[in-house]
Amino acid sequence: MMVDLGEYSRYVLGAYGVSLLLLGWIVWVSFRRAAKVRKALEEVEGRDG
Amino acid sequence: MSIWEYANPKKFIATTGPALPWLFGAAGLCLSVGLIWGFFFTPDDFRQGSTVKIIYLHVPSAFMAINIWIMMLVTSLIWLIRRHHVSALAARAAAPIGIVMTMIALWTGAIWGEPMWGTWWVWDPRLTSFLILFLFYLGYVALWEAIEDPDTAADLTSVLCIVGSVFALLSRYAVLFWNQGLHQGASLSLDAEENVHDVFWYPLLVCLAGFVLLFVALVLLRTHTEIRLRRMRALEIRAARARA
Repeated sequence: MMVDLGEYSRYVLGAYGVSLLLLGWIVWVSFRRAAKVRKALEEVEGRDG
Repeated sequence: MSIWEYANPKKFIATTGPALPWLFGAAGLCLSVGLIWGFFFTPDDFRQGSTVKIIYLHVPSAFMAINIWIMMLVTSLIWLIRRHHVSALAARAAAPIGIVMTMIALWTGAIWGEPMWGTWWVWDPRLTSFLILFLFYLGYVALWEAIEDPDTAADLTSVLCIVGSVFALLSRYAVLFWNQGLHQGASLSLDAEENVHDVFWYPLLVCLAGFVLLFVALVLLRTHTEIRLRRMRALEIRAARARA
């Protein structure tokens, strides 16, 4: 399934590409940080009893 | 039962935690449906050609960029008035998402403007106030990082948030205040006459719902992280004092 974007294809694809990359990045960073902090807190709580 | 009971960090995580997978799932579904619908199954505009497809990213991201700041303003005011830590941490958690939304709005606006206006950027009232809002977002995050004491940081960033709200509102209403510039009026309106044609409007609404759901899911996840980080620091300080 291909859409004919005509003469503006580089603009439309550029807008979608960068935007989806940024959205993906913020989701990935948020999950990665959440997992890292949760693990670190468990370690501190385990250490302190 | 009072809403302020949810200001208890433990209760906040216990209540909102189970909703997270559903929120991320609903956000993914809305974004996929809305963007695929908009990109593949809507026609080109008779004047703008295929660039009209940028609307499904530009309008929701600009809408979110402004409203995330308004959400931060509300939570900052709650912090200043009632001193609930969760509200200050929610504002902090929201700011990076706001930065991303503002970047998407600025980028898609520039890339849409080039073929339509013949320029990537113009010092139009709406664009300029939006750029200033972006700088306020950066300043807000930098201020949180720069101050060691979390309560002082929350106080100062709340004040910054109140000041920045002027630009959040300006970027929404600049077109009305100054009847000049290249940017057109609102694409989202309760007045059906002002809205874009239905063929673009419905997928746009689905994308908008996706952006809102994604923000709610992300801000909850990030607030949980901030709460845990704060608890971890408190435990480390307590342990250090016990050792001393």
